[in-house]
Amino acid sequence: MADTAVVDKKQGIQFGKKERKLLTDPLNDNNPITVQVLGICSALAVTTGMKNAAVMAVAVVFVCLFANVFTSMLRNAIPKQVRMIVQLVIIATLVTVVELTLKAVAFESYKSLSVFIGLIITNCIVMGRLEAFAMGNRPYESALDGLGNGFGYGIILLIVAFFREFFGKGELFGAKILGASPEYMINTAESSWLGWYQGNNLMVLFPSAMFVIAVLIWAHRAWNPKLVDVS
Amino acid sequence: MGDLINIFIKSAFIENLALSYFLGMCSYLAVSKTVKTAVGLGLAVIFVLAITMPINWMINTFLLGEGGIFQTDLTFLRFILFIAVIASMVQLVEMVVEKYSPSLYNSLGIFLPLITVNCAILGGSLFMVSKEYNFAEAVSFGLGGGFGWFLAIVAIAAIREKIKYSAVPPAMRGLGMAFLLTGLMGMAFMGLMGIDPAAF
Repeated sequence: MADTAVVDKKQGIQFGKKERKLLTDPLNDNNPITVQVLGICSALAVTTGMKNAAVMAVAVVFVCLFANVFTSMLRNAIPKQVRMIVQLVIIATLVTVVELTLKAVAFESYKSLSVFIGLIITNCIVMGRLEAFAMGNRPYESALDGLGNGFGYGIILLIVAFFREFFGKGELFGAKILGASPEYMINTAESSWLGWYQGNNLMVLFPSAMFVIAVLIWAHRAWNPKLVDVS
Repeated sequence: MGDLINIFIKSAFIENLALSYFLGMCSYLAVSKTVKTAVGLGLAVIFVLAITMPINWMINTFLLGEGGIFQTDLTFLRFILFIAVIASMVQLVEMVVEKYSPSLYNSLGIFLPLITVNCAILGGSLFMVSKEYNFAEAVSFGLGGGFGWFLAIVAIAAIREKIKYSAVPPAMRGLGMAFLLTGLMGMAFMGLMGIDPAAF
């Protein structure tokens, strides 16, 4: 683990430049999805609606934060040979907590997210951060790093979901913004100014998530040229 | 038997793990730069899916289910057990392959650890549970899913090898193009959705 980043060894809890960088770096220069290409699977599958994306983002922030903290606390006790399995057990436990909580509190979201809650376990962001950061840093810095990466992931998820839901169904968070919902199909005053938009069904299907992320990457790299792939 | 062939074809083409569920995307995008490495990773995925699927089926039925040996519903342990099985099977397969077939190890070896966190493997097991397959169906689903994933990654690697020589805008080079291509391939695979596997 020679490549594990060690931020600093000084004691005490403070919030200076380095700590702020831990939080903001994953939002732009080191974004988990558009730069590191981690955690794509769930980003594609759950972004058909803002609501699902928001639930997923919260779940990933939670898992990322606590997996980082717990791994960091145990980092000196974990033998190197079995660290993958230990990390996976920590993540799997947290994901089980998320799954059971969702099942109890928001059954509707639990139903529509189905297997993708379980797939947070193999979400490479969580695993990647444990391996690259939490195994070598104190719990406090690891918590910031986990939060930052969770947010970096969540923000992309929400952007993709915004485009897909808005253009696909003319809705945001399930509320009708554009287009004719069944009650407006009859010729009323509202139907004339709400009903002109026809939902684009392709945006709801899987391939459109790919296109939206591709355009996002394009925009991100055009705006931040140092990220351009030179190979 | 016909049922099993149906499931194989369905999971390989119509419900392709990579192109219609977009599972295992991280390694799919990271390792698809050349056809050679893509073939290696694809084979490793087939291998591991075919091994872990029956084992996870047995764990789910005989240990966790209500009719299992503990006579209680232990399904909340599913994630932890599945991922532990996958991680340890990958480790075991790696050791066995290294011992008995060094040439296969040289071509597969580096990809095996990657597979632990490939969501296609865990996703396959979770789909198997939610679709309530029996043992033979689970094996067929594992093989078919692995084969479909193999096809998908080899196809995109071939396209990416070609596209290296095209004039792509700098900001779109590499990753951006890979996403766009996968989206187009996903659309192409959507065309297979109309096929009724029962016709075979």
